[in-house]
Amino acid sequence: MQKTFDNRAWFLVLPVVLLVAFNALIPLMTVVNYSVQDIFDSTHRLFVGTDWFKEMLRSPRLHNALWRQLIFSGLVLLIEIPLGVLIALMMSKKSGWKTSLTLVLVALPLLIPWNVIGTIWVVFLRPDIGLLGHFIDSVLGISFDYPTVPIEAWISVMLMEVWHWTPLVVLLAYAGLCAIPDAYYQAARIDGASGWAVFRYIQLPKMRGVLTIAILLRFMDSFLIYTEPFVLTGGGPGDSTTFLSIYLVKIALGEFDVGRAGAFSIIYFLIVLAFSYVFYQALQRVGTGEGK
Amino acid sequence: MRLTLQNVGKVVNGKTHLYGIDLELESGSFNVLLGPTQAGKTSVLRLMAGLDRPSSGKILEDDNDVTTVGVRKRNVAMVYQEFVNYPSFTIYKNIAAPLRRTKHLSKAEIDVKVRATAEMLHIERLLERLPAELSGGQQQRVALARALVKDAPLLLLDEPLVNLDYKLREELRSEMRQIFSYGTTTVVYAATEPSEALMFGGKTGILDAGRLLQYGPGLEVYHRPVTARVSEIFSDPPINLIGASIGPQGCRLSLNVVFPLADHMRSLSPGDYRVGIRANQIGVVNRSGNGIVIHATVELAEFNGSETYLHARHGDFTMIALLNGVREYALGEAVSLYFDPSRLFVFDVAGELVAGPEWKPYNTKAA
Repeated sequence: MQKTFDNRAWFLVLPVVLLVAFNALIPLMTVVNYSVQDIFDSTHRLFVGTDWFKEMLRSPRLHNALWRQLIFSGLVLLIEIPLGVLIALMMSKKSGWKTSLTLVLVALPLLIPWNVIGTIWVVFLRPDIGLLGHFIDSVLGISFDYPTVPIEAWISVMLMEVWHWTPLVVLLAYAGLCAIPDAYYQAARIDGASGWAVFRYIQLPKMRGVLTIAILLRFMDSFLIYTEPFVLTGGGPGDSTTFLSIYLVKIALGEFDVGRAGAFSIIYFLIVLAFSYVFYQALQRVGTGEGK
Repeated sequence: MRLTLQNVGKVVNGKTHLYGIDLELESGSFNVLLGPTQAGKTSVLRLMAGLDRPSSGKILEDDNDVTTVGVRKRNVAMVYQEFVNYPSFTIYKNIAAPLRRTKHLSKAEIDVKVRATAEMLHIERLLERLPAELSGGQQQRVALARALVKDAPLLLLDEPLVNLDYKLREELRSEMRQIFSYGTTTVVYAATEPSEALMFGGKTGILDAGRLLQYGPGLEVYHRPVTARVSEIFSDPPINLIGASIGPQGCRLSLNVVFPLADHMRSLSPGDYRVGIRANQIGVVNRSGNGIVIHATVELAEFNGSETYLHARHGDFTMIALLNGVREYALGEAVSLYFDPSRLFVFDVAGELVAGPEWKPYNTKAA
């Protein structure tokens, strides 16, 4: 049997090729292009190979930002995942206007633009005019001044992040909980299982799939955090809230060093990719094959 | 354990789910609760298990009133439509779970019980696996094993086979019949399919719209449905219910179908009735020789396994005949359907059975 070939068939994949090209490949290749050259102006450039990469990988500033970032994302996961699951457990599984209202109220922070969230908290936390800042400073008598005290800046960024994104974990965990048939709870009651046993042996394993997604999303997202520290202190005081993306923008736009920034971007990208892969693999192996 | 329900009712949010149910299940009996979806089967099982409290009435275990005793203090086992197992436990741990919580057995004793139960359900080779790695049929076997291993005096099964495909269902059903045939456990099995009630034997309760319509030995209920509704629920394909009038010339179904009364119908006074005849009693050949013919036109012929459901219209009623083998009919084709009047159920206008075909329980026939 003779196969027929028609090269016009290539036109069928053209839309996807174009979309992926403009969406992902061209921007990425531009960055790759920057990362291997030293660019002086639009006509003068020098190919430097992997020099920028070598330099960035040895940069103590990058190392510091990376550690800061890792600790931050780790804490975010440690707080948001248990907190989100806890809130989801407390929410009613019965449908009705009360449940709908709760869901909307819980999801509200997710609907607010990043910049606005930053601005809200900047004002909210100010000791002179902010409600929370003034409360901590004057009523509780604890001196609170995030623009100058690194640990307080950290706490503030963390607070914004947790306030903004725990609802996402709640929604995911809630969806996971709602998907558990009532028969499981009945069976557990008949077996005489305690509340903790129901959580540990039914709810948690059944939520594994959605929690994997929640952990991955929150890890990636918090690893890329930019707006909150930028609006709050611009990465300060000092370098205390200069996370990876803040540092990247400082190099790229602040110092207009596109070669280093390009190399940094690719390293950054690979770090996120590697961590996500490791997380995903690890979570697939925890417990069971449930939720695949 | 003898389980007694005395005038048990259940009202949820102003809606009545169950109306005064009276039922006495003997110790060691096998009982099928047959009814369409929403009939209240699950509500009854939940009350029996102690998962819910009845709104009215009493529940007795032997002679103890357990109406207000919660599920934790009762000793029941339950199997559901869904394949309910602990997702992160191996099959072995799943089966052992009920033993660890309720009884004080040594590890060796638990091991013996778990393995014996697993063997009974043919899952002894899967003990180290996780539930998600098994097929649906195997998962339900595990759930059954978890229920059986407890040796609870009351075992409740809520349509356990409904989510399985046909082959698996048949296979597991016939095995369950053997498993339940010995033991002193009182079993209650909720089902929507009449064939399940007949297959398991034992007693059958017919439940419809929150009411218990009839309870008795399965075959008795099948052959002596007290109302037309019971006969409808206990027939698959649906029983043919046709308006009829009995007068001096005999029984009239339509202008063209008039026939002399069969023996069991002789004592009926003239008037309007509904006659019922099961689909398997209608044929396309005059088998008994004294069949009454109905000329009808084919509306649909559907195949179910190696049988054919033939839907045909005569005048203003449609009949369903169950024919052996796969037979093809054209839409609108003329067919002659035969039925033996001695197989007719006769219901009065209120739906109560007034005459049924001859039937004697098997044991008395032999005697």
